[in-house]
Amino acid sequence: MAVGIRTHDLRKVYSSVPPMAAGGGIVARTSARGSKQPAKEQIPALDGLSLEVHPGEIFCLLGPNGAGKSTTVGVLTTRVRPTSGQAWIGEHDVWKEQAQVKRLIGVVPQRANLDFSLTAREILVYHGAYFGLSSKIRNERADALLEKFKLTERGNQMVRGFSGGMMQRLSIARAMMHDPQVLFLDEPSAGLDPQTRILLWEIIREYHQAGKTVLLTTHNMEEADALCQRLAIVDHGRVIALGTPGELKASIPGGFLLRLRFANQTPQLIERLQSLAGVREVRAADGTGADVYADRGGSLISEIANSAASTGAELSDVHISEPSLENLFLHHTGRSLRD
Amino acid sequence: MNWKTFFAMLGRDAHVARRNAIQLFMQTFLQPLLFVFIFGKVMVGSGYMPEAYKSLLLPGIIAISMTFTGVWAVAMPLIAEFQWTREIEDRLLAPISVGWIAIEKVIAGMLQALVAGLVVIPLAWLVLGRGVAISMGTPLIFAVIILLVAAFSACGGLALGCSMDQQHIGLMFSLVMTPMIFFGCTYYPWSALKTFPILQKIVLVNPLVYASEGMRATLAPQFAHLPVAAVILALVFFDVLLLVVGLRQFEKKAVT
Repeated sequence: MAVGIRTHDLRKVYSSVPPMAAGGGIVARTSARGSKQPAKEQIPALDGLSLEVHPGEIFCLLGPNGAGKSTTVGVLTTRVRPTSGQAWIGEHDVWKEQAQVKRLIGVVPQRANLDFSLTAREILVYHGAYFGLSSKIRNERADALLEKFKLTERGNQMVRGFSGGMMQRLSIARAMMHDPQVLFLDEPSAGLDPQTRILLWEIIREYHQAGKTVLLTTHNMEEADALCQRLAIVDHGRVIALGTPGELKASIPGGFLLRLRFANQTPQLIERLQSLAGVREVRAADGTGADVYADRGGSLISEIANSAASTGAELSDVHISEPSLENLFLHHTGRSLRD
Repeated sequence: MNWKTFFAMLGRDAHVARRNAIQLFMQTFLQPLLFVFIFGKVMVGSGYMPEAYKSLLLPGIIAISMTFTGVWAVAMPLIAEFQWTREIEDRLLAPISVGWIAIEKVIAGMLQALVAGLVVIPLAWLVLGRGVAISMGTPLIFAVIILLVAAFSACGGLALGCSMDQQHIGLMFSLVMTPMIFFGCTYYPWSALKTFPILQKIVLVNPLVYASEGMRATLAPQFAHLPVAAVILALVFFDVLLLVVGLRQFEKKAVT
């Protein structure tokens, strides 16, 4: 029986730099306003985040660094105490029924946290023991997972000397060791080579096909697009858009985005651009350029150049992008995911 | 309470301790044994110290070895695991409440401290040679005291390990452990401080005083020592205090 995830109006304010449970990520800082002493810095990480992940779904939290993705995962995995709001894994309140919740979840952290005092195989076997698996089952599973993650040959070595990719694979194997109903992966493909990334994606899909729920965070749009059934775009601790990748991309006006740069830009030019056939929305950017959302891409360029020439402006740079989650993020926040 | 998880964690700590046995052995016993050799053997043998000093020194050495071992066994891994390697996260996500993970660390530390205490007795005896007058007239009281000392060292390790930053480890030893040892009535009995009445009162805040005096009271009762009841009461007090502080600090570190 697959298990879902819910959060209701989660808020989290750190009064110091977020420590390890929150991934130690960089978050936007705002000093407490109104107080004369800047002594205690208030760092809001989650600002009323509500989500529902359906049982048996691959769900993705997409957002830039510091958006609140890791803090959300921290709250859902019992490691971060929310300032207010509630979270459930299946029917269990994460804060009140921690031991039951921990049985249901497997967690792959953003930064490897493997037990350096143990060998790769021992890490898996002891993890199984913590979850009460019998000696026979945990040894069998450990061997099967080492094989699956191509770590069998290194199984009896201490993990201290492992490469980043190997540590990441072992972290995922460990999270799967007790066969959890819900798998959390925090930025799973950060720092992985393309080959390992594809292996990872295959493994996530396979795990999902076994009826499990997967929640992953990423700031990589390709990954969200390739893997997720639904995704939430998160920024400043809030969900700003939610849906399937297709739905979300279709919600961008027109679909195409043309980022233009002009010399001598005038308000008349912006009006002209708005009147061109196929243009759905024009956003002027600081007097030197404009973002044009349109139904078509390249075929608009000559008309844009003509409009510019007729108002005395000169088109100096054009960048056309097709419908993508990147454009969606830009549309909602005015910022690029990579900013 | 999930005993399977608890014992699996204890099993993990025992496995790691076995793997690092030689290193642990050197770390625990080298310093006390050198001390025993210089003060108990060289100084006594050359006539600067009376023969009886051997028997006075041994209980103190046991107390130091146990305290060091317990503090080290709990505090050092916690400091590293919470701040640097984050490897404790695996256990924080095991299906058991966070407080029990700290208790498990304390039990593991206590076991190591007990082993250290029980191993240092014959070792020191061997180094000291003849003339050590150690007896165990009241084994039950000795067992109670050695357990309370082990608990004090492990709970102290928990409290220190969860309150210190990695960059302050050196400070922990020079500001906490060193004064504690020198003012801990380890190399001299508490009664020897009677010529320094103020100091004699001040050192009573040091839990190691009760550990050393307790050991002395049960192993070498021929020397003047604090009353056994007072020793037990004080050790229980420090055990509970350090455990409560340690658990609070641990939970603060584990959940943000």
